[in-house]
Amino acid sequence: MDWTFRNDLPIYSQLVDRIKLAIVSGALPPGERLASVRDLATEAGVNPNTMQRALQELERQGLVFSQRTAGRFVTEDITVIDEIKKTLAKGQIESFLKAMKELGYDRQGIIDLLKEDE
Amino acid sequence: MAILECKGLSKRFGRIQALEDINLSIEPGRVVGLLGPNGSGKTTLIKLANGLLTPTAGEILIDGRAPGKESKALVSYLPDKEYLPDWMSARQLMDFFADFYADFDRERAGEMLTRLGIDESMRIKQMSKGTREKVQLILVMSRQAKLYLLDEPIGGVDPATRDYILDTIIRNYNPSAAVVISTHLIADVEQVLDDVIFIQNGHVALQSSVDEIREEKGKSVDAYFREVFKC
Repeated sequence: MDWTFRNDLPIYSQLVDRIKLAIVSGALPPGERLASVRDLATEAGVNPNTMQRALQELERQGLVFSQRTAGRFVTEDITVIDEIKKTLAKGQIESFLKAMKELGYDRQGIIDLLKEDE
Repeated sequence: MAILECKGLSKRFGRIQALEDINLSIEPGRVVGLLGPNGSGKTTLIKLANGLLTPTAGEILIDGRAPGKESKALVSYLPDKEYLPDWMSARQLMDFFADFYADFDRERAGEMLTRLGIDESMRIKQMSKGTREKVQLILVMSRQAKLYLLDEPIGGVDPATRDYILDTIIRNYNPSAAVVISTHLIADVEQVLDDVIFIQNGHVALQSSVDEIREEKGKSVDAYFREVFKC
């Protein structure tokens, strides 16, 4: 995973986004065991408390779950993963539509352009 | 309970007020950046915590008690200058630390030296500046202390050494111990910090968590620091 950080956002929320992306893209498959907080923190070069906070947020969103002694795992619930994937995709579409609108394209114009490209 | 607490702490050197009415507390499990421009009072505060200086007014408490013999067993201190006898080898220094500190983990120190490819029989004076800084940090971080006070641990080292030093701090993270890192190189340490304390002209200008600053100000601690301390 690429662990570079933007300056204008909290580090923990960037960790959440990064791990989320790894899960929806399948880089971290369903049921996969996550490395320990300390190892993940070392890999990302961040404070373990910050990594812990990010993992707790992912837990809250249902993307990972922890088992008392065995550690943390990626959820096996595909519907949760698909849902998050869809939310992320919608976000991408929204910013794409916004950028296209600034260029002067309406919905139909965009569709025509996409077809042209095929 | 706070591992380090300052109550109305002031320190005066003759006519110079180095610190004035400092109130702060640091909890175990936190990695705290003590940030401020040169001459703001960072080193004075760290020396007070080590009992190397005594307060002019107010108090500083380590684990609830004034600095003294008991607190020295809890505090692992990395001074901002080289202080190790330069005729000693890395191995002799490990023996020296093991004699001095009951909490010194000699095995761990040895492993860390090996990992860096530092020959234990090498004397301090034969080492490069970067290697000397690494050896000092390894010795200090190999104690199982409750409070680590690191005064400018990354000043004047190359980026790879700096990464190694920060990596060592993360690897040695212990939820029952606090780490205080004094520096003015904020961008380099920002990612490993929980909280920051800005010191300005002997006063605490701000105490906050890193992510709080990023969330509220929409900028890095480094950028915010430059704004607050604009010359």
